[in-house]
Amino acid sequence: MPPNSRPGDAVFASVDRVNAELFTLTYGAIVRQLLTDFEEVDEVNKQLDTMGYNIGIRLIDDFLAKANITRCSDFRETAETIVKVGFKMFLGVTGTVANWNTDNTECSLILDDNPLVDFVELPETCQGLYYCNILCGVIRGALEMVSMRTEVKFVKDVLRGDDVFEIRLKLLEQVPEEYPYKDDE
Amino acid sequence: MLQAPGGAVGSSTRMRCMYMFNRQGVCLHYHVWLRPVSVLSRQEDQKLMFGLLFSLKLFTAKMDPVGGSKGQLGAAQLQGQGCSFHSFQTNTYKLSFMETPTGLKIVLVTDSKMSDLREALKYIYSNIYVEYVVKNPLYTPDTPFKCELFNQNLDNYVKTLS
Repeated sequence: MPPNSRPGDAVFASVDRVNAELFTLTYGAIVRQLLTDFEEVDEVNKQLDTMGYNIGIRLIDDFLAKANITRCSDFRETAETIVKVGFKMFLGVTGTVANWNTDNTECSLILDDNPLVDFVELPETCQGLYYCNILCGVIRGALEMVSMRTEVKFVKDVLRGDDVFEIRLKLLEQVPEEYPYKDDE
Repeated sequence: MLQAPGGAVGSSTRMRCMYMFNRQGVCLHYHVWLRPVSVLSRQEDQKLMFGLLFSLKLFTAKMDPVGGSKGQLGAAQLQGQGCSFHSFQTNTYKLSFMETPTGLKIVLVTDSKMSDLREALKYIYSNIYVEYVVKNPLYTPDTPFKCELFNQNLDNYVKTLS
């Protein structure tokens, strides 16, 4: 992918839109309901991640179909594709990739702006909540479908007083494709 | 073997059948337009087809004279690694194949004079499978599906192929 083009823009222009308030308030209602149902913020974080995972394993096909991407040559390109094309396509914003570790298996996805948190302020009672934790699940689910096992978590959150959103993405394993049946089956 | 529900046969006499496999080798969908001869049980038939695709893919990648990688024939590959074949032809039929990065394999069997179906396979994936199966919130991913909208749209689409 040429570094100077904005690959997410073309896809973004071609996808259907919904009203931003409806989107933000729908997400808010889900988080709200989870807080009521589970009471503990840690449990809510976990539930959001699981919900995201279930979205991610479907969304990846939609992403591949619309963005017309066939393969990424390495994990660096994968991370760039997530922030430049994926975030643009589904959230309407782009981020940057930073803080690579030396063997290129771990990086940070940085978002300055995030439509999920419009109108949101964390009350005293929800201090441990990662309000956008669903995003981590989505990324983890989507990458798992393309044979990458990852660990994804928030390390900075604007709602908690940080200056940006930072998602730490760690590649655990690339799973090779093996013949699923035994010979004598 | 019976014809597909909806009975699109006649309008698309060039189509024979279609398989969709996930990466675990489960046949998610099997669609027949015209297949009067079938010697195996449906299950054996699908397993054999999956085995053929799997081996052929590894084999073609291993035989690549320029981009091929060293190592044993049949050694596991990462998804998307190596080249892949897109069709083969016999004197009586043609088999066209596509694999997505998510490991979905789509196979279209047609008569032997069918033109290049790479675009058609992409269309079936992007505009029919993703739209009517994956995005259905009540569909459980990675399980076989029977979906009326998918069948209808597929039947309509293959009529346009030549």
